[in-house]
Formats: sequence, structure tokens, C-alpha cells
Amino acid sequence: MVMELKDIYKIYGSGCDACLNSTGAEFGSSICPHCGSVVAVNNINLHLKKGEILGIVGESGSGKSTLLRLIYQDEKASGGILHLDNLVDELGLYINLLEADENVLAFVRDKIMSMIYQNPMLGLNYQFSAGGNIAEKIIMSGEKKYGEIRERALYFLEKTEIPTERIDDYPDRFSGGQQQRIQISKALSCNPKILLLDEPTTGLDLSVQAKILDLIKVLQKEIGFAMIIVSHDLGVIKHLTDICIVMKNGEIVEYGLSDQILEDPQHPYTQILVSSVL
Amino acid sequence: MYKIEIKNLSKTFTVHTQGGIEIRGYENINFEVNNGEFISLFGPSGMGKSSVLKALYRTYTTTSGDILFNFDNGEQVNIATCDESTILNIRKNHIGYVSQFLQILPRISAVNIVANPLIEKGESETASQDKARELLSYLSIKEELFDVSPLTFSGGEQQRVNIAKGIIAPKSVLLLDEPTASLDKINTMKVIEKLLEIKKQGVAMIGIFHDTEAMNAISDKIYDMKERCYANDNQK
Repeated sequence: MVMELKDIYKIYGSGCDACLNSTGAEFGSSICPHCGSVVAVNNINLHLKKGEILGIVGESGSGKSTLLRLIYQDEKASGGILHLDNLVDELGLYINLLEADENVLAFVRDKIMSMIYQNPMLGLNYQFSAGGNIAEKIIMSGEKKYGEIRERALYFLEKTEIPTERIDDYPDRFSGGQQQRIQISKALSCNPKILLLDEPTTGLDLSVQAKILDLIKVLQKEIGFAMIIVSHDLGVIKHLTDICIVMKNGEIVEYGLSDQILEDPQHPYTQILVSSVL
Repeated sequence: MYKIEIKNLSKTFTVHTQGGIEIRGYENINFEVNNGEFISLFGPSGMGKSSVLKALYRTYTTTSGDILFNFDNGEQVNIATCDESTILNIRKNHIGYVSQFLQILPRISAVNIVANPLIEKGESETASQDKARELLSYLSIKEELFDVSPLTFSGGEQQRVNIAKGIIAPKSVLLLDEPTASLDKINTMKVIEKLLEIKKQGVAMIGIFHDTEAMNAISDKIYDMKERCYANDNQK
């Protein structure tokens, strides 16, 4: 087990006791009829093993990106439990990351989890150079020697096919696809055990999209991190992921091997989703 | 101990987009396969031959019945019901699947596609590529095509690349869904030659062939999907 999620939910609004039981796929709505709150993520249970690649699909508004943000703690969940491998307190009990203090959170984000956003502006600091962005992450992960930091930054830039002589350029001097690759370099530079990706190639042109997906795949094989990838592109899901969940109205409606989900979908919503591919 | 035992296997598809109609895939299928044995699934199209193979690989879910996979150490897993991580491990280390169609990422050369299963098994890159070239030439793929992506190849060439990729590093079980469908006689028999070799190594194989000559050349047992029993020996 690398990561385990138990009954995680997120409610926007005042919330009431009936919220979780009155919303979801079977009601076709995320809005609680009693109090009007929006249940973005409803009782998610999930586990991820070492090196596994999990895809999340679903229509927009189904809660897939919110779920990713709850895992990375960009947003606070309303409730639930999130356990990470080896993340235990002095007594050896698992720490619930959702209730962890800032020190633990910082440790997790510096050393265990990295996130790659759809928009590189969220993942990069535009006041720092490309190399500086990567260096920041490497320093946070515990490396303090300048030479070592610079070498690792160069290593990842080379891996992501950014010309290394541009290490000192600022991110806004790079094209969108290159900025995305710098973001990937930064995310990987701390040797994460879990990589979270939110629509990493949406909005890029096709040839760049293909290059970035190839790159992610090669690096995943080489380094062996577990990965959760949110995408509405079933082609990305098919080629990149082992296991896939389908979300609707904040709930998981189907969980299975990615090829099974695509070839033998069980849930009515998944069947519609799969049959909508051009 | 059989390698794989299929017991009372049935599959029904429920099509929700068509008002929830139910389509019968197959019903009450029973057969088993040993190490080093080849069993062919036989019957007219629409009898669910490919669907059974997909169920064995868990690309299809199973409605009822068991697919018992026996590990060499005596442990047993039911592929129809085990969790996803278990089946991923089985796919990675124990069961290979060769479909009719080559499904690959673009931008990767034929040699690298065929060499990849060997590399994943731990062989060096250069040795794997040499073996890949050798196998591709054996299956009469022109040398000038080796470094090109197979997505640009003809149907028959793609299928041979697909077979090469599927058999270069055989696991303990191999599922073959019409691997020779669009090949000429010579190449079909070359494939059968290779499959016989792999069978001798002890690989358990379950396959579908349209070509009865090819089927008879390789099969130890033939399972009739229509009658739902083994075809008797004189038919073979």
C-alpha cells in the first residue's frame, strides 16, 4: 500500500446530516436538497499500491480534480481518512494526513507527493528561473550542496528535453509545452513516491501532448513512482493507466482495470462515456 | 494440477444505453489446460470464443463461474473475482495475451516494440534488440522496416509484429486470439512452428484459429464452444 483513502468527502456550503446520503450518482445531483450545499466529493474509498497508475475519468463537475486537490491538500477535505505508507507517529500508528499539522504536510509535499497541474502557472514560480524552480524543490527535499542541486536540476531538464543551456531563463520565456516539461522536472526532482497529475496535457497541441505523455511513461517506468492521473481523454487513460475509476456527482460509480472499463463497462454512465468516443 | 481451470463460466452483457437489454455472451463453459498443452476454442463466430479469452485476461468481467489460475508454488487465484492488483501482477508475470490487432503507442520502432518484453524481463537492451531482429526476420519482416513504427505497416505485417511481441518472452500462459488471421500459409506455418517450440518449453496455451490446418497442427485438445464439450479425437 502506498496510499489509502477512506470515506473522504468535501462539502461546499453549510452542510447538513443528510448531505452525503441525498447526493451522488443515483440522485443525479451533487446539490443537497435539504440545505443546498454542494457535495463535490462523496465518500471516496481508494487504495494505491507501489508503482500502480490510477486514472480518474468523469464529466466536468464530477469531482475528479477536487479529489486530487484534497489528496495534495490544496484544499481541506470536510472529513475522511488519508493514510500514506510509512507515515506513522511515535507510537507507530498511521497519521491521518487530512488532520496532520503543517510540519507533516510540508514533509509529505517535499518528499513523498508531487503534483503536476494542467496550468504550469500553478506549479511554477515565475520569479525564479527554470533551474531555480527545480532547485527550490530539491532544497526542500533536503539536499543542501550547491553543486549537487545544480547537477540534479540539469539532469531533470535533460530528461525532459529542455535545452540545458537555458537553465537560467525564466519560465515565461518558454513555450507552454516547455513550461509544462519544466513543471514535470520540478515535480520529479524530489524523487516522489506518488505523482498526481491533473489533466497534464489538456490544451497543448497534439505533438507536444504525445511527447509529454511518452516522457511521463518513460520516467514512471524508470523511477517506479505510483501515479494518479485525472483526464477526460480516454486515449490517455488507455495508454497510461493500469486501473481506472469513473466518477459521477462526486462518487465513484465504477472501479476496474482500465482495459476492462473501456471494453466491458458495467455502469450505465460508464457505458455512455465510452460510447461517446468518436 | 491444471494450470488453468474454467468452471461453469457464463457471461451476460447488459447494455444500459439500449434500455438495459441483456445479450448472452456464452454460457456454462468448462475446460482446463495443463502446462505445455495447447487447447483450441472452436466454433462459429458469435459463440463467444474471443470473449472467453478476454475473460481469462480480465478485460471482460465474468457474470458467473470461476477461472482458477494455479501458481507453480501451489497457490490458487480466481481470475474472475480477484482484486485488480492481483490481476495486474498475473498479467505482468504469468499470462500473456496476443490479440488479432496490434495495439501500441505510436512513435516506437518495430524492433523496440518487440524487444520491450525481454527488456522488462531483465535482459540487456542490445541483446533484446538482437533477438527482436532475429524473430522479425524469421517472420519475414523486411529489414528496412525494423526501425519504423509498425503503425505504418500493412495488416499482415502488423499482425506478425504483434505475434513477435507476444511470443518473444513467453510467460507461463499464453492466450492467442486468431494470431494468424491475416497471414498467408507460409507465415502461418512459421508462427505454428514457433508456438510448438514455446509449447515444448512448458507454456500452457489457449488459442483461437480460423485456419483448421493450423489449429490441428498445434492443438492437443479442441473445445467446441457450440456443443460446450471437447471435440472427440477423430474430429481432430
